[in-house]
Amino acid sequence: MHAFANPARFLKIARPMTPFLLVIGLMLVFGGCFSGLFLTPPDYLQGESVRILYIHVPAAWLGMGGWSAIAIASLVQLVWRHPLAGIAGRAIALPGALFTAICLVTGSIWGRPTWGTWWEWDGRMTSMLVLLFLYIGYMALANSEDDRASVSRATAIFGVVGAINIPIINRSVVWWNSLHQGPSITLKGSTIAFELLWPLALTVVGFSLIFGGIVLMRMRANLAEAKLEARLRRMASL
Amino acid sequence: MNHWPFIIAAYALTFAGTFTILVLSYLSMRRAEAALAALEKDK
Repeated sequence: MHAFANPARFLKIARPMTPFLLVIGLMLVFGGCFSGLFLTPPDYLQGESVRILYIHVPAAWLGMGGWSAIAIASLVQLVWRHPLAGIAGRAIALPGALFTAICLVTGSIWGRPTWGTWWEWDGRMTSMLVLLFLYIGYMALANSEDDRASVSRATAIFGVVGAINIPIINRSVVWWNSLHQGPSITLKGSTIAFELLWPLALTVVGFSLIFGGIVLMRMRANLAEAKLEARLRRMASL
Repeated sequence: MNHWPFIIAAYALTFAGTFTILVLSYLSMRRAEAALAALEKDK
């Protein structure tokens, strides 16, 4: 991991990886969504609305995965002061917030025909909304700093502390009575029939690759901006 | 209740959001890397 923290080495890997992740990701997402919309049967209980699952679940996974990655990057910055850790945290925040918002909106749209309500203040939905607010707080803190190449110690601590919400989201449907269904996919297997499940694997992997591509593009932009600013400062001081 | 308007709305919002952040991230990366390359060329 220490070897990849070198910005020059990172760029050497990130440049070919960016189009690779995006192209494969887009292909998987289009294949998964097409299959989920037109090839799978409707659910016996939920009917056609089950098709929203193929975008809602990847969005939830990326919202939670994004913050987990911010927490790891923040910890790496606090402990080892890796130059790329702050840049990674900054780059993950916006796509993480976007996919959290997509999860909340698609869940709400799914809830209206399935539960008969757009919103319920239960454990899962409320903790997911808290995650969106955490992302907004992280971005506000990071954007209040002048240094585009990193985040401050306070922002990194916020990134680590905010990770407390991740197990709360995960266990919320077990700890509290909830309109939201219990865990369908666990380490022990899945309670979803294979006929409905297989396109979900395509969209989860596809959206994850797109997320990775977006993060790499944003890291590259932040690195170039930081380098440009440093060069301009050096030229001004001569 | 017809579920399809809900499904279409959910997919449209997801694709619009994903496409927007993809394009914005790409443009900001291209702009920043081009500005850096131009500065290095002038040097």
